[in-house]
Amino acid sequence: MLKWLVAVIILVAAIVGLSVGLGGGKGAAVSVVGSTSIQPFAEMLAQEFEKSHPGQYVEVQGGGSTAGIQAAANDIAEIGMCSRALKVEECGLFTPVVIAQDGLAVVVHPSNKVDGVSLEQVRKIFAGDLVNWRQVGGEDRPIRLITREEGSGTREAFTKLVMHKARISRKALTQESNGAVKELVKHDPCAVGYMSLGLVQGELKSLAVDGVPPTTAAVTSGQYPLVRPFLFVTTGPPSERAQAFIDYVLSPEAQALLEKEGLVRAK
Amino acid sequence: MRPWRSIAAWWTNFRASPREVRKERCIGGALMLTALSAISGLALITAFIFKEGVPIITKVGLGDFILSSNWYPLEGEFGILPMIAGSIAVTLGAMVIGVVFGLACAVLLTQFVRPGIVAIMKPSIELLAGIPSVVYGFIGVVILVPFIRDYLGGPGLSVLAASVVLGVMVLPTVTSISIDALQAVPRSFREGSIALGATEWQTTHGVVLKAARSGIVAAVILGMGRAVGETMAVIMVAGNTIDIPHSLLDPVRTLTSNIALEMGYSAGDHRKALFATGVVLFVIIMILNTIALTVSRRRAGKAQSR
Repeated sequence: MLKWLVAVIILVAAIVGLSVGLGGGKGAAVSVVGSTSIQPFAEMLAQEFEKSHPGQYVEVQGGGSTAGIQAAANDIAEIGMCSRALKVEECGLFTPVVIAQDGLAVVVHPSNKVDGVSLEQVRKIFAGDLVNWRQVGGEDRPIRLITREEGSGTREAFTKLVMHKARISRKALTQESNGAVKELVKHDPCAVGYMSLGLVQGELKSLAVDGVPPTTAAVTSGQYPLVRPFLFVTTGPPSERAQAFIDYVLSPEAQALLEKEGLVRAK
Repeated sequence: MRPWRSIAAWWTNFRASPREVRKERCIGGALMLTALSAISGLALITAFIFKEGVPIITKVGLGDFILSSNWYPLEGEFGILPMIAGSIAVTLGAMVIGVVFGLACAVLLTQFVRPGIVAIMKPSIELLAGIPSVVYGFIGVVILVPFIRDYLGGPGLSVLAASVVLGVMVLPTVTSISIDALQAVPRSFREGSIALGATEWQTTHGVVLKAARSGIVAAVILGMGRAVGETMAVIMVAGNTIDIPHSLLDPVRTLTSNIALEMGYSAGDHRKALFATGVVLFVIIMILNTIALTVSRRRAGKAQSR
């Protein structure tokens, strides 16, 4: 019995010791944490970066814009990803780098007859004032709102660009990622949602807003009204290896990759 | 002075005792230590949740926090009534499904079939508990939600979808605890009833079910605890609207999904409000567990006095 007890204690000690030892070993990767909207793009760039810069590693994690900013503030991550403009109280603390511009697309089911709406109509739709597609020139179907959760960078950008003082209706279905919004809109003819233009990829119909269809060209020229920045934030000057990744992301090569994926170059 | 003296007394006593006794004491002490560390983990978690959550409740006011339906955390409005209503609606729905099927299953397995069949069916029902909740959620999203949307109307993501998914998830809890309760009914009750000329069904519902009632109540309440606490599957199929549902086809948000959905993003008061949501959930589950414990303890007391 006593032997067993000793064995168990040694085993526990070994596990604890081993995990502490291993935990210290992976310090070589640059950690990039934050917005789930930027995450897929950052992952792609990280892969390319590791290919072209042997021996350097980048670790990308999601969690959301606010989590990314907090991670950068607490030095948990070297780079935070944020898919909205910084808030006033955040501006002094961080150095933001715009890595790309992203259009926010208002998406509906492909069978929806509506092609475009005005910005005012988008606001009224999401505020719950317009409740039937007939009211914006479509078929006689109820409008089903799909929004993102409170605190999401995409939601905050949408609120700032579209809603102003109005609140998003509380009847709106809440989904926790761009992917989930897309999945729902794809299968529901009544649905309307908003998501990163770069992630729409042709399975959904994106509505023109104020007569401008959301194309890369319209976002670049500034005609399309719903544009937000994708930011990398750091506290103070970034470390050498973090700077290497940021430089790579801003290089023409990486910017071309982002453009191919549907984002718009940083100016 | 007191504790020191008692420790000293304990030590003299310990040294005076024979080797074998000392060894046993050591083992007992080590086991006590592991048990205590598990409990202190629980205590720490509880203390942490309350420390983070209670200040915001006092700041907002308990009444406003629980009874207001305005949840705009970024604007400093924290009302969780819709989530409480959502949790209650979804849990009740799940219990209707879980209890009807779970209890029927338990009655069948204990009263009406050969033991050979029980040996196959009971483990397979218990296997349901081993399926990860994401899988239930996924099946719900892919099969159940489109079915509800196409045939019953509404967005599909609804109280009904969440209830069905949760109902299946609580089945193993309800069934296996009910089976235990039904098997604990003495054979003599059943035999006596049959001997008096009652049919099998009369015996089952008039005697066996009545005798096992408190155990079944405990099963239902433990199942309820599981349903209230489930998160992942509910997020996937409930729609997460911050609105009090008016029909089975309306989407809802539960307390657990509220925490899980917004946790990654939240900061400051918003985060504290999510902890406060956790406090409310904690209290609800504590109440449910206490009821379950008292009911099953009362049963144990009765059994002894028999």
